[in-house]
Amino acid sequence: MSYLVRRLWQFVPTLAGVILLVFFLFNWVGGDPAYMLAGKIASPEAIENIRRQIGVDQPYWVQLWIFVKQVATADFGASWSTNERVSQIFATRLGPSLTVLIPLLLASTLLSLAVAMLVAYYRGSLTDRAAMIGCTVGQSISILVYILVFQYVLGYQLAWFPVQGWGSTLGENLTRYAVLPIVVGVVVSLAPDIRLYRTFFLDEIGQDYVRTARAKGLGEGRVLWLHVLRNAAIPVATNVLIQLPGLLAGAFLIERFFSIPGIGREVILAVERSDFPVIKAVTVYVAIATMVMNLTADLLYRALDPRVQLK
Amino acid sequence: MSLWLLAWQRFLRDRVGIASAIVVVVFIAIAAASAAGWVARDWGKEVGVSYAPPRFVKPNPAEQKAGLAGPSDVSRNDYGIRDPLAPELAEIRAGLAGASPTEKRATSLAFGADKWGRDVLQKAVKGTETSLVVGLASAALAAFLGTLFGAFAGYRGGWVDDFFNWLYSVFTAIPYLLLVLAIAAVLGQKGVSTVILILGLTGWTGIFRLVRAEYLKHKVREYVLAADSIGASDARRMFAHILPNVSHVVLVQLSLHVVLFIKSEVILSFLGFGVGIDTVSWGSMLAEAPSELILGMWWQITAATIAMALAVTAFSLFTDSVRDALDPRLE
Repeated sequence: MSYLVRRLWQFVPTLAGVILLVFFLFNWVGGDPAYMLAGKIASPEAIENIRRQIGVDQPYWVQLWIFVKQVATADFGASWSTNERVSQIFATRLGPSLTVLIPLLLASTLLSLAVAMLVAYYRGSLTDRAAMIGCTVGQSISILVYILVFQYVLGYQLAWFPVQGWGSTLGENLTRYAVLPIVVGVVVSLAPDIRLYRTFFLDEIGQDYVRTARAKGLGEGRVLWLHVLRNAAIPVATNVLIQLPGLLAGAFLIERFFSIPGIGREVILAVERSDFPVIKAVTVYVAIATMVMNLTADLLYRALDPRVQLK
Repeated sequence: MSLWLLAWQRFLRDRVGIASAIVVVVFIAIAAASAAGWVARDWGKEVGVSYAPPRFVKPNPAEQKAGLAGPSDVSRNDYGIRDPLAPELAEIRAGLAGASPTEKRATSLAFGADKWGRDVLQKAVKGTETSLVVGLASAALAAFLGTLFGAFAGYRGGWVDDFFNWLYSVFTAIPYLLLVLAIAAVLGQKGVSTVILILGLTGWTGIFRLVRAEYLKHKVREYVLAADSIGASDARRMFAHILPNVSHVVLVQLSLHVVLFIKSEVILSFLGFGVGIDTVSWGSMLAEAPSELILGMWWQITAATIAMALAVTAFSLFTDSVRDALDPRLE
């Protein structure tokens, strides 16, 4: 409990730092946004007007205070380009993102766990080496190529899936539009996940309890499935949790190519349009989500593995 | 024997390491030759017809005809309406033809041409230069910052350590690519040096954490205490005594970050926030791929993918071998 309080207390300086960093970037490095908003040909009065509206005519500390208030009240105002409320953007874009991400995470985790266990079982053999080199090569190809090729071959040429698009009901999305993005996501995350999970398995296989289990006369399969898997699953579970916030914003390439109206696509659009309120909000929210998930992962680790002492 | 000599001997025994090192050297040589202007200097020249196929592809007669027929040859049905601009247009066309009368364009190139008839092979070579320069320079910047911050934080401790740890937690709270995109949005300007700065200034966190841990470990070792007792200054102890002993960590991380930054640059350039339009990179080559694939022009994406996959795989395997050679405990 005291651990929890202390960790939550540590959020404060980090969050303050994130706010300062975002503020520094957008209000100081970014220059005067009024010129951008007013358009190409603007009268000085119009620029002055916009400056007053978004508060950049104030001294920096007042602007900072405005930003802190925005974060505290979760009200980042309206998007500069579409005038949609930023909170509204988030509420409507989160669903599609999660529709793709949750099945994607489940499928890729289970699949990589299975392959990693298999590879760890044949550790040191030719199969293992070939799989590892295959992973290195697979990882070296840009995610862009995977998306382009899968979309072209499976979507366009073979027409197994719609090339892009998004439906209005969850069932339609899951069975029709989200399938190809999920497949691509799984294929992309397979190589790095297998490498990582393989090391988790190998760490566990070297432990004393595995030798004991073998000495008892248990078969290698039973040792792996029953003893090693349970222990190796602990770092896997926490790893998946930690990945989640990054994926929310990081899936932007997939969302962009398949026209999925999610958070990631919104980030790209915002960057393209210099839509600062949206980018600021995404950055701050995702940073908070990352901190919360990291804490959750630590607590989960503690719950799953009582040997771990949280300090 | 020194650590480096031992590592070198171990490295020589690693066949995968040697092979990948050769590929890495070849890539760096290509990039250097391209930077010096020996090869691919004329990558921007429109030497072939639009979408000229690679030489090793059997020409498809229908495609060939479509590719060769310029837009001016298309016979149009104007439904009996006389084009009021026809005389002027004819004049302009004649003028254009006169301006470049004899520029003969190849109908096929070694690895095909892009939409404007530029040689894909030359673009790939030039893209190698861009990507490697960005990867190496930003990794060097990140390694420099990470080592400097890590050295101070680990060696000094106290409030310096607290400050850098705070900075670290702030930078790692924001997912890497999101941070990079946010900075790209703010800067709003393209170019190789901008990309290097963005990637280098955001990518130091991993190196910082490792170097800090190494300095924490080393600063209480006897050789550092001995240096202290003979009156070596703090700076001398940090950078002349400890740094050589942790430099292998930095080297491995440097190589690892080259790969990471090359991949990031490709994504940034693809999205249009990376290098400018007067530069070519693997990312900007891939950006042209979607519209080409629809037309069945697969050579540009293939060239960029092969170049990138070869370079990145070689760099990754090379990094693994260097790490194994420097730190045999990990085997």
